[in-house]
Amino acid sequence: MGGKTKKLLRVAVVLAAWGLAPHAALAADGPGVVELGSLSNLFEPVTFNHTMHTDVAKSCAECHHHTLGDAPIDKTCARCHRANQPADSVACRECHPANRFAADYLAKLEANPQLYHTGKPGLKGVYHRKCLGCHRTMDGPTGCEDCHKMTEKGEAFYRTGKFAPPPAKHEAGEE
Amino acid sequence: MKKIDRRNFLKGGLAGGAALAATGKATKAEASGSFGGYPNSMGVLVDFTKCVGCRTCEAACNKEQGLPAPDKPFTDKSVFDEIHHGKRHRRTTEKAFTVVNRYDIPGRAEGPIYRKFQCNHCQEPACLTSCFVNAYTKTPEGAVIYNSKVCVGCRTCMIACPFYVPAYAYSSATNPIVRKCIMCYDTRLKFGRPPACVEACPQEVMVFGRRKDLIKMGHERIKEHPDKYVDHIYGENEVGGTSWLYLSDVPFDQVGFDTHLGNEPIISYVKDFLAMVPIVLTVWPALFTGFHLLATRKEEANTKENESKGRGV
Repeated sequence: MGGKTKKLLRVAVVLAAWGLAPHAALAADGPGVVELGSLSNLFEPVTFNHTMHTDVAKSCAECHHHTLGDAPIDKTCARCHRANQPADSVACRECHPANRFAADYLAKLEANPQLYHTGKPGLKGVYHRKCLGCHRTMDGPTGCEDCHKMTEKGEAFYRTGKFAPPPAKHEAGEE
Repeated sequence: MKKIDRRNFLKGGLAGGAALAATGKATKAEASGSFGGYPNSMGVLVDFTKCVGCRTCEAACNKEQGLPAPDKPFTDKSVFDEIHHGKRHRRTTEKAFTVVNRYDIPGRAEGPIYRKFQCNHCQEPACLTSCFVNAYTKTPEGAVIYNSKVCVGCRTCMIACPFYVPAYAYSSATNPIVRKCIMCYDTRLKFGRPPACVEACPQEVMVFGRRKDLIKMGHERIKEHPDKYVDHIYGENEVGGTSWLYLSDVPFDQVGFDTHLGNEPIISYVKDFLAMVPIVLTVWPALFTGFHLLATRKEEANTKENESKGRGV
């Protein structure tokens, strides 16, 4: 019970700080270290050090586009979002759907032909593109398991580890 | 009575041939109307600039289609160094309906480019038109599927396919059939879900949607990044269009695409001939029987005359 109250209190404090802090300071403070695990399946969650990345990034817009009120990096986006106000939520998942190709999501896109950003990539896509895209130019880690360890389910899926085909077959399988 | 000599026979033959050619032409005009694909069919837009060569799509395909275990783990990148006979990269096999290949492009800042490859699900599939047991079907959803129960293993589709996609189950001694990607039709596409490879891709290299929308999306991407993309969507028009469409930042012939296939569906090249077949089979026997009868009439009359003469004397 005591632990629960403490936890609630801590959440309240964090939320209050988040709401009160001016948005410029938000970037510097950020959420510290976050665990990105909502899509975890074949790989374990990613422990993402937000503070470290804010130190490296030139601008919040590098990852958050226009949602923090900064001018977007991409010229195409800047045409409309140059003078945007900070958004209510800046989490990736708020805009990028976790199930990008689910029938109901596709139907929603189709129901409204006026809808813009219909080609917006899904959550898994943006995580990997953002991270890997930058890591490749900044010499960051680029291997799958550099960021998230493969689960046993993943090993079965990729037929690796204890699910790897017997090595003798390698030569035999060659054309 | 008009005498049938060689000259008259040839004249008649020419007239008949001309008439036949005229009918043939009419039929050809009728048959050349292109199908052009189902209007609301689904498709996949593949953007090679986003592929990192992780082979997750290959693993997803293997699992979804219940294919046999691979020779190497799907995490093994050494497969990219496999260059087969004729300096060719890996191709689809009975055990792998999709493969990713690496192409080293000198001077490309991002390093090598990776190309995912599988059946392109043509709008007017050559495999389908070449199959004499009608094993293949182009579904309204866009997939080119096949009925392995009627496949006799003749491998004509393998020769007909301009992309060298259908593979043969050489490993089966008793029931060798042709195997290829079916766009996950049975398990996913027919329920409105994307193929397994599309969903599994961590980079969202592929976009699943209506083909007509994907073409617009592809052109939008090119328009927004003109300095990045080659101004062409491979598959928009090639061989009459394909359900799978491709964007690249290096010329398509450098990533293993055949850029000389033209925009005519493969069937167009044989349509004229195929349209002639029923005509030849029905008209020619009657026509030439007629010629034969005409040509031998006099002979017959002569014989009869001789016979009656012989009797009379």
